[in-house]
Amino acid sequence: MADNALSLVPRAEGKQTMKDFKSDQEVRWCPGCGDYAVLAAVQGFMPELGLAKENIVFVSGIGCSSRFPYYMNTYGMHSIHGRAPAIATGLAATRRDLSVWVVTGDGDALSIGGNHLIHALRRNVNLKILLFNNRIYGLTKGQYSPTSEAGKITKSTPMGSLDSPFNPVSLALGAEASFVARTVDSDRKHLTSVLRAASEHPGTALVEIYQNCNIFNDGAFEVLKDKQQALEAVIRLEHGEPIRFGAPAEDGLGSKGVVRERATGELRIVDVTEEGTDEVLVHDAHARSPMTAFALSRLADPETLHHTPIGVLRDVERPVYDTEMSDQLEAAVEQNGKGDLSALLHGHDTWTVAG
Amino acid sequence: MTSQVSSPAEGRPDDGKEIRRLDRVIIRFAGDSGDGMQLTGDRFTSDTASFGNDLSTLPNFPAEIRAPAGTLPGVSSFQLHFADHDILTPGDAPNVLVAMNPAALKANIADVPRGAEVIVNTDEFTKRAMAKVGYDESPLEDGSLDGYSVHPVPLTTLTVEALKDFDVSRKDAGRSKNMFALGLLSWMYHRPTEATEQFLRTKFAAKPEVAEANIAAYRAGWNFGETTEDFAVSYEVAPASATFPPGTYRNISGNLALSYGLIAASQRADLPLFLGSYPITPASDVLHELSKHKNFGVRTFQAEDEIAGIGAALGAAFGGSLGVTTTSGPGVALKSETIGLAVSLELPLVVVDIQRGGPSTGLPTKTEQADLLQAMFGRNGEAPVPIVAPATPTDCFDAALEAARIALTYRTPVFLLSDGYLANGSEPWRIPELDELPDLRVQFAHGPNHVQEDGSEVFQPYKRDPHTLARPWAVPGTPGLEHRIGGIEKQDGTGNISYDPANHDFMVRTRQAKVDGVEVPEITVDDPDRSANVLVLGWGSTYGPITAAVRRVRREGGRIAQAHLRHLNPFPRNLGEVLARYDKVVVPEMNLGQLATLVRAKYLIDAESYTQVRGLPFKAEQLAAALKEAVDRG
Repeated sequence: MADNALSLVPRAEGKQTMKDFKSDQEVRWCPGCGDYAVLAAVQGFMPELGLAKENIVFVSGIGCSSRFPYYMNTYGMHSIHGRAPAIATGLAATRRDLSVWVVTGDGDALSIGGNHLIHALRRNVNLKILLFNNRIYGLTKGQYSPTSEAGKITKSTPMGSLDSPFNPVSLALGAEASFVARTVDSDRKHLTSVLRAASEHPGTALVEIYQNCNIFNDGAFEVLKDKQQALEAVIRLEHGEPIRFGAPAEDGLGSKGVVRERATGELRIVDVTEEGTDEVLVHDAHARSPMTAFALSRLADPETLHHTPIGVLRDVERPVYDTEMSDQLEAAVEQNGKGDLSALLHGHDTWTVAG
Repeated sequence: MTSQVSSPAEGRPDDGKEIRRLDRVIIRFAGDSGDGMQLTGDRFTSDTASFGNDLSTLPNFPAEIRAPAGTLPGVSSFQLHFADHDILTPGDAPNVLVAMNPAALKANIADVPRGAEVIVNTDEFTKRAMAKVGYDESPLEDGSLDGYSVHPVPLTTLTVEALKDFDVSRKDAGRSKNMFALGLLSWMYHRPTEATEQFLRTKFAAKPEVAEANIAAYRAGWNFGETTEDFAVSYEVAPASATFPPGTYRNISGNLALSYGLIAASQRADLPLFLGSYPITPASDVLHELSKHKNFGVRTFQAEDEIAGIGAALGAAFGGSLGVTTTSGPGVALKSETIGLAVSLELPLVVVDIQRGGPSTGLPTKTEQADLLQAMFGRNGEAPVPIVAPATPTDCFDAALEAARIALTYRTPVFLLSDGYLANGSEPWRIPELDELPDLRVQFAHGPNHVQEDGSEVFQPYKRDPHTLARPWAVPGTPGLEHRIGGIEKQDGTGNISYDPANHDFMVRTRQAKVDGVEVPEITVDDPDRSANVLVLGWGSTYGPITAAVRRVRREGGRIAQAHLRHLNPFPRNLGEVLARYDKVVVPEMNLGQLATLVRAKYLIDAESYTQVRGLPFKAEQLAAALKEAVDRG
């Protein structure tokens, strides 16, 4: 079944550096935009991946983050609003020798392109989707987005938005995603570790990147970035590790822990200094069932972002669309022989008119 | 129906009945959606094709899969026109109507002229069934069918009787009545029977008893014709030997021909075929067909929606596949933005629109050619797209190759505008030899194509071929040609984002010039003695009816010239000159005058529009009357 996502992608011949992945185009995001940090992290990570850069493709939709491909010295396509996953699906399904990345935003992926996102995830096409979530529409100058908190005051919602937001991680898990992770633009180390895991994952990987828009939604994720507040707000998930966070307890791990309620199966946050550590859940990103990953994704308060899990929530292997499509082609040749055009055109019922 | 000569049939036992020779016949099978009329028509067509007649078919069925039984909306029909000479349409007026129930009679009798034969399944003419479609009295008895040659046949009873020794229920036995009817008609018209029997054995290979029951019903129908006195005459229609150039032939529908054309294009281009599609009537059959041919390296992707279908096809094209998307009018509307992106990216892409009645959901199973202006202009900005429209079901094969040729040569999306009539209609096709097919091989970019002022060599994704104005096709995986493309306006040459006014003006005009410069064959005019004052100009599937109508006009002494457009964008270079030669240009279309609008705008001629939007092809007789009137007016 699932080979490594990159097993058919040619390797780079020489040693690569970050510079190899910088295009000659001037980066035109607003000064201070979180996108710069993500771009630097991706450019910095690519040499580690060690792939021939001509076999790497970035496909994006529309929005601030979707300018990303112009700045990568790889193949790239800046497409139309919301459609990048569909376009990338056609590319990945026909070219298994490519490493295909989709760059999208909260409006692009979850509003106008919501349909393509969920179907890419359920198909498990070999795509790595980087979803830059800034919880606002930036390029159109500040309307609320499908991840904006309810009641948000924006240019299009002067009395507050009436929409409830999506939780992208919950959505992806519901859409049968085989790999779902969340990270933060400013934490380069964590971001890189998540990119590494995603790049190796066979099938579709969704990486939600909390990204600050310093013009229209500045400080949206400050609670996750400020060292003191982050202690309480961020739940760092590591596969095989107990889910602990908060100020360190005596054992050096967080003083808060996530436990499962016996009666209901719901997850609950407890103070381990009071309730002990025996019941604390150990994170299993490879669990077949997405139930616990989903429950973890629901711990976050959409208003305050308290108890936001970051890291790889789910990483399981299941059949990869493009691999199976390719297998069907091979099976068809095995069963019927390589296509013979003349035989096809003739079919079974012919008659001859003599000259 | 001329030249009626009595002669014994060859290779068939003399049943002592009169045999008349006809030059052509039009048969319409009509019944409930569940009566198997399409299958019956298909079989009669296959047997007729292999017999060597020329033929043309018109399947006509409701959008509902199983509309309530016995109702007018549930009537499904299949019309077949076959002849001993070349014919162009499925025919105007049936010589024979087979009506499996009162609804089928009611829905179809108005199309059938007095004097024609009407075979009715009397078993279904119960009071209740007749009341359901508004017959207060039985049309078989109230005189309303006077003047028709009515054959009341208890088809269901006879079929059940014929199958009494089979281990099938009465209900299941009755379902074979379509095969009984097929057998009867096959006797009447001297059709060969082996192929249908073989077909039934193959179709029901898993249920041999069902196969044998159907064959028994089929033979019973034949024997019924031979023995019953109600059918005193049978008919011969000789093979159309003189019509067909030498070669190997088969019968083929437009959608099948189009599917084969796409596979042939992929083979001749040596590029893998990728189809991104979303199911939609009447285009789904192309998706079904292509999905059967994975051993040709064909990848079919049933997308989550129309937009994803074309998006994936465009992504595949970026990767070096022959990208295709198939749809009908509503799907084109959804794909418009992506077609615009393809115009901007300048990547090859074939967009197949099997047109159906519109607007909106319209008439899903009926034909129309009202998407011409949508194909031409239905995008934001200046987004020219070449358009190819097949003229006949078999032409769908060549038109698919032609659309692929233009897409690959000029790196552009191309519309292939078929329609429901071509899609489902069929006719004999001379199977081409492979070396008759065009060579569509392309050269991917493989290295730098530009020397900069400092002498360094670079790759410019938007540096064009000076002849075709096509940009290089540099596929991912090619070292050194890494580049970024997108929907934002690009700088000429480099392809970098550019908002420069002069550059945008240049790029818009260049994209237009590229499409305007697509090389297409000149239009030919059929004007036998070069004396006509009136030219009839058609496009797409109206070719058959227009040509048949032109023949009629000429037979009656009218002078009329005919020209047919297969390329709608760009028009053939000589079109303006051709149009200027005639005092009057008449443009028949199954829309409200879309081609007429285009030629009036481009050539400043007073083109006369003749239109109908009934979901059905033109009838030759009616069109001939309109053309004759135009000729007579002078």
